[in-house]
Amino acid sequence: MPAYSLQINGKTHKVNTEASTPLLWVLREHLALSGTKFGCGLGQCGACTVHLDGSPMRSCTLPISSLQENQEITTIEGLSPNGKHPLQEAWIEEQVPQCGYCQSGQIMQAAALLDQNSQPTREEIISHMNGNLCRCGTYTRIVKAIQRAADANT
Amino acid sequence: MEKSSNNISRRNFIAAAGGVTLAITAYALYPTLSGSKKEIDPSDLAEEKVNAWVHLRNDGQITIYNPAAEMGQGSMTALPVILAEELDADWDKVKIETAPINVETYGFKAFGNRKVMINVGSRTVMGYYDALRQAGAQARYILLHSVAQHWSVPIQELNTAPSLVQHEASGREISYGEIVDILQEPENIPEIPSSDLKSPDEFRLIGKVLPRYDVPAKVDGSAQFAIDIQVPDMHYGVLERGKVHGAKPSLTNAAEIQSLEGIIAIVPFSYGVGVVATTLEKALAAKAKLAIDWDRNVTAQGHDSQSDLEGYQQLADASSDGKVMHKVGDVKAAMRKGIKKYTATYKNDYIYHAQMEPLNAIASVAADGQSAEIWAGTQNPGSIAPTVAKELGIEADQVKLNLCYLGGGLGRRSTSDYIVESVKLSQATGKPVKLMWTREDDLQYGMYRPLSLQKLEAATDANGQIIALNHCIVGDGSNLLASGAKNAFYNIPNQAVDLRLTQKGIRIKHWRAVGHGPNKFAIESFIDEIAADQGKDPLDIRRALMKDSPKALATLEKAAEMANWNTPPAPGRARGIAFGERSGALCTGICEISVEEDSGKIRVHHFWSAVDAGTIVQPDNVVAQMEGGIIMGMSSVFCEQLTIKNGEIQQSNFHDYPILRIEDAPESIEIAMMPSTDSPKGIGEASTPIVAGAIANAFATLTGKRLRHLPFSPSRVKRVLEA
Repeated sequence: MPAYSLQINGKTHKVNTEASTPLLWVLREHLALSGTKFGCGLGQCGACTVHLDGSPMRSCTLPISSLQENQEITTIEGLSPNGKHPLQEAWIEEQVPQCGYCQSGQIMQAAALLDQNSQPTREEIISHMNGNLCRCGTYTRIVKAIQRAADANT
Repeated sequence: MEKSSNNISRRNFIAAAGGVTLAITAYALYPTLSGSKKEIDPSDLAEEKVNAWVHLRNDGQITIYNPAAEMGQGSMTALPVILAEELDADWDKVKIETAPINVETYGFKAFGNRKVMINVGSRTVMGYYDALRQAGAQARYILLHSVAQHWSVPIQELNTAPSLVQHEASGREISYGEIVDILQEPENIPEIPSSDLKSPDEFRLIGKVLPRYDVPAKVDGSAQFAIDIQVPDMHYGVLERGKVHGAKPSLTNAAEIQSLEGIIAIVPFSYGVGVVATTLEKALAAKAKLAIDWDRNVTAQGHDSQSDLEGYQQLADASSDGKVMHKVGDVKAAMRKGIKKYTATYKNDYIYHAQMEPLNAIASVAADGQSAEIWAGTQNPGSIAPTVAKELGIEADQVKLNLCYLGGGLGRRSTSDYIVESVKLSQATGKPVKLMWTREDDLQYGMYRPLSLQKLEAATDANGQIIALNHCIVGDGSNLLASGAKNAFYNIPNQAVDLRLTQKGIRIKHWRAVGHGPNKFAIESFIDEIAADQGKDPLDIRRALMKDSPKALATLEKAAEMANWNTPPAPGRARGIAFGERSGALCTGICEISVEEDSGKIRVHHFWSAVDAGTIVQPDNVVAQMEGGIIMGMSSVFCEQLTIKNGEIQQSNFHDYPILRIEDAPESIEIAMMPSTDSPKGIGEASTPIVAGAIANAFATLTGKRLRHLPFSPSRVKRVLEA
């Protein structure tokens, strides 16, 4: 079985697995970084969103063999050193999560937006977040929380 | 009394403080958390059990045991709030832990006074309300008794303030934490009479906005769902199940599968083939290679969901009654007396739960088969040990369930099929096994809200009053279909619900609000059709129908006020109204929509809803449940359709079974909660059933056309517009 070296949340991890194994299973089952969630396996729901060199990616459709050793992977566990990213604080203030299962993916997707665009409009928020499903229906609070975090940037 | 370990969890301290003190270390928190002046060294921490629900630690920490599964409904916070209110606890010192799965101690009475630990039908807060007030009041009594003994004063002279016992006569006070050292259990713990419980105007916690306890762990990835659990030496299991429900498998390449690297076992099931492997990716790769011949000689074979609806219509039109589920007055006599008759039919396709966490469970059956440990998210925690024990032929006390957060329940997780599967895989291999359902498994071997048809007939008298309403329902599922067909809040003197059952062999189940979704869609559409024929305003006809139901009427008036019902919306828009009751909560909703005529896409711009849910325990959480219920309702109304051809489920994942995305959420949702001191009512499903009727009614106002078949997908809407 091939061996891979990955940069995740600032640390190097060695993994032995088949080339086709999605990054999602590597994170969750090999490395016990379980904050990144499995929702669909098709890139349709966004629950597995991580950052690859700062860009939001669906880890369920990223085979480990497609990753370069020097690419930096960030998961929800590495988004902030102490869980105090402005979005995480805004998510608490707005009491966004219900079941909470999709929220790591939502926050990672939103974080990539604020990295590129610190003051997104409502339309930009909705367009950027449209790939992330929430079955509990927290969408209106997600918009408010992103706006709150953006306001905190000013 | 029992001592328990000095186990300090930083996460729980942080969570208890609502995220406000995130930067402060646990040790720095002790003085502020303790309520006493002295700092307590962690090695000196001591904890005592006050009663089954409450443990108290000498630094002031109060552990309250939550007896319910947390699937997003927020009751893991609401239930301890109820107890903490009567205990007069300082909420900042409360730590919440999951109660042991012990139905006798931690169950609530439901379903004919049986004790249960089950979280369905929005019953959790209402089911535990009285018992937890009593448990909190009794815990407070034990603390008062201990202090009275210690100070040798009559217990009647003692009072409490948040986490403090006070003796006014001597000016003394003692913190709850300090009582740990002097705790004395009284010989008899009296039932505290309701007259000694707090009156609503004394509430400090109930009805106040408090952050949910589980939220901090749900924003940093640390909340543990069953799917996140790993146990030592764990293997991975998957099953291939038939696309035709109940079809029986014959595996034709067992030797090939067995020879794949990492395969531990092939485990036969009557309806599928299980594979256990050393890694998840190996298990999934083997699943993809299974060659199975399916014996499809089962009930579901031949079922075609869309053409079978024609047969449902014939059943509804047949002259003989089905199973009469509910009857008020004499509908048939009233129909004969009526001056004008109305008939309308409404249809609902199958829909799927689509909870975001696919089903999964971890089971570890002991090598001798005489005990088992389970990690799962389940809405039915009290049933798991007996179910698993029966499967293994052992006693229920030999099965331990570790209840995890649920990534959505929605009714699907009230069955234990997935847990039993994990047990069988572990039993067959002698290893702990994490069973995973893929999204495709979860959708195709789901348990759906049934396909159904509603035929409504009404008669009006010379004054236009509705004097008879007959509600005929056709489909699979008995009570699944009938819930919500009664109209207890509309003054219609003769009513009947007539159920005509089919059997299509498809797995069906409660889906958030159950039959209320289809039935309220039918009833609320029908009321508007009658109003339109009579030239009445939809608000006015409901006002008249609710004249003897003041609480329901109050929600109607409130929603109308919020939506400015009497002021017309902008051109190109229309509003629609609907009312429903579910699990005791009364709810009126009004939406404002527009329609893109070219595409047939309906857009909901605003949604207003007023709900009477009795005493509101956690107001912001009630708002959240109402918002989420509306959005899930909209998802079912616009997007969700599961179809079956020749018994085969036609969809497989979110690309062909879409659920509502953020772009289609309303720009605003406004919720009003009616002030009430009645006992709490169910809130988790209150808003979902009103959505379809409100949208269909708004559409009829806007276009003059009636939408009669859920979902209102763009293609269907376009056909209705062009008809």
